[in-house]
Amino acid sequence: MSILIDKNTKVITQGITGKTGQFHTEKCQEYANGKNCFVAGVNPKKAGESIFNIPIYASVKEAQSETGATVSVIYVPPAGAADAIWEACEADLDLAICITEGIPVRDMLMVRNKMKKKVAAGGKETLLLGPNCPGLITPDEIKIGIMPGHIHRKGRIGVVSRSGTLTYEAVAQLTEIGLGQSSAVGIGGDPINGLKHIDIMRMFNEDPETDAVIMIGEIGGPDEADAALWCKAHMKKPIVGFIAGVTAPAGKRMGHAGALISGGADTAEAKLAVMEDCGFKVTRNPSEMAKLLKAML
Amino acid sequence: MKIHEYQGKELLKQFGMTVPTGIPCFSVDEAVKAAEELGKTLGTKVWVVKAQIHAGGRGKGGGVKVAKSLDEVRQYASQILGMQLITHQTSATGQKVNRLLIEEGADIKKEYYLAVLTDRATQKVAIMASSEGGMDIEEVAHATPEKILKEFIDPLVGVTDQQALLLAQGIGVPAASQADAVQQIKALYTCYMETDASLAEINPLILEGSGKIKALDAKFNFDPNALFRHPEIVAYRDLDEEDPAEIEASKFDLAYISLDGNIGCLVNGAGLAMATMDTIKLFGAEPANFLDVGGGATTEKVTEAFKIMLKNPAVKGILVNIFGGIMKCDTIANGVVTAARETHLSVPLVVRMKGTNEDLGKQILKDSGLPIISADTMADAATKIVAALRQESR
Repeated sequence: MSILIDKNTKVITQGITGKTGQFHTEKCQEYANGKNCFVAGVNPKKAGESIFNIPIYASVKEAQSETGATVSVIYVPPAGAADAIWEACEADLDLAICITEGIPVRDMLMVRNKMKKKVAAGGKETLLLGPNCPGLITPDEIKIGIMPGHIHRKGRIGVVSRSGTLTYEAVAQLTEIGLGQSSAVGIGGDPINGLKHIDIMRMFNEDPETDAVIMIGEIGGPDEADAALWCKAHMKKPIVGFIAGVTAPAGKRMGHAGALISGGADTAEAKLAVMEDCGFKVTRNPSEMAKLLKAML
Repeated sequence: MKIHEYQGKELLKQFGMTVPTGIPCFSVDEAVKAAEELGKTLGTKVWVVKAQIHAGGRGKGGGVKVAKSLDEVRQYASQILGMQLITHQTSATGQKVNRLLIEEGADIKKEYYLAVLTDRATQKVAIMASSEGGMDIEEVAHATPEKILKEFIDPLVGVTDQQALLLAQGIGVPAASQADAVQQIKALYTCYMETDASLAEINPLILEGSGKIKALDAKFNFDPNALFRHPEIVAYRDLDEEDPAEIEASKFDLAYISLDGNIGCLVNGAGLAMATMDTIKLFGAEPANFLDVGGGATTEKVTEAFKIMLKNPAVKGILVNIFGGIMKCDTIANGVVTAARETHLSVPLVVRMKGTNEDLGKQILKDSGLPIISADTMADAATKIVAALRQESR
């Protein structure tokens, strides 16, 4: 088992005909069971055509009903990405993974509230991962997103992070010392997003094939502290925690739109303190995340 | 992206908020002329001379003066224009004042605080209001958090009269002025949403002797991701207020932020870049910058990144940390070698590469004949650059 996706997941690619979409779809197809997982693409102007032997449909709804896919991955450019998320939601998919970076915050605010309103009215909930994220991978089964597949090994450690390259860093450290991963999840660096640390920690806690977790955060926002408090009460597995941005100045956006210190509670030190209080093994040295975790097993 | 107070007030006015009448000026003569004009058209006898820089805390730093005569307007305008204004939000050397706002004086009966921002936790828009206007709101939040009221607005619905009234009553706006306050709050919310702002802060929002509610200051921040649909906001950009290195970097699609240390760092990915900076500090030195070359770094981009880092005279060493995913280590290695040659690099350079084609990349660095120090981990890289700097300073 794993979280959210496995080798039997069927995936629709929104924005499959764009440059980024094409490049990464090919890589995802090449990885593990990818050939069988990526079953549909969407582009209203190219419906009926195909790319890499993947049929293209006019809408997510049509792709879903023709193929039975339950997950979509979105590479649509920023101006149309929030609409693409909504389209996935209206097609009642289980999960939409939005890779797109640079979506206006207001667009995300609107679509997140539309998604919540739909659920409140009794509609099916579509989970959202991202935006501005690398996606997620269950090693040796399926990779949905832009992470380099070859650094991963199948195993029993969960990884969750806002940052793409920092996720890869943790994964590579784990693989190097012989620890594989159950799933590695990038939740994205934007301030308004879908699944948060707390949601992924819940899933790892319930996943019988995950033994321990590396949770990586950044300055800005309350998410890591929220997750830590939840873990204190519920988490049954060891966690190593790291927060990037001890040296980041307040009021400056450090690359990610969400990595911005706005008050006192969202500095790296404040988050590390909460995580430590909640029983995490925290480190200020990101080079030793995997080593610390191994010592806890 | 930030804008000036006078620009913010132009926006507020467009969206129906009441603001004092004022005229932006670039010289002392213009300032006096503006004051005369306000005197003629409005009968103004008291003027406010306000430094226009993007940082807050201008009043305390001596950048805001009340003038009771045209002579005083001239005197204050000459004092403020061209000064290095130092506030808690500027660097230690301050920010040069190139623009002034000459405004009609206001009859302040009471000062409030009003702000709109996006709340990450609830994924709603938060309107914050306080009876404690004119003060540093962070201090108010710390000392008397009960004096800050918040209403969370569903962006699909917008702010309701009821919500705006609750805020107006909560901060103690007198009954006769509450209807006006409701209109002002709604106007600010609309302005925030329509312009894709990430912060709209009015401190102070005032009650005038006449009972009118007015925005005496305007601080805006805009979502850079949304600027593509707001040419009118982009037109407000004042490059004099921004770090030249950051402007240069943005031309090459590099995310760069100047810091106070002496080790330049070049990293791919925002999270890894911060982690690299933190590791440098952990091993006893300070980073000179944040620099994310992003996912698609080319030789040209890496070279430009080196040039930008090396323009900072404080930089005594460079640490490159690349996690090769889609971007291959050999591509980066070629970029680093070219950049080191083109910039005639004379400071120590430590390169840590991991991931796709790692060995190929390391070989390219080795074969270049350049004195590039190779490292295996972030910690190893930080240790090596710190040691190299100590060696140099000996």
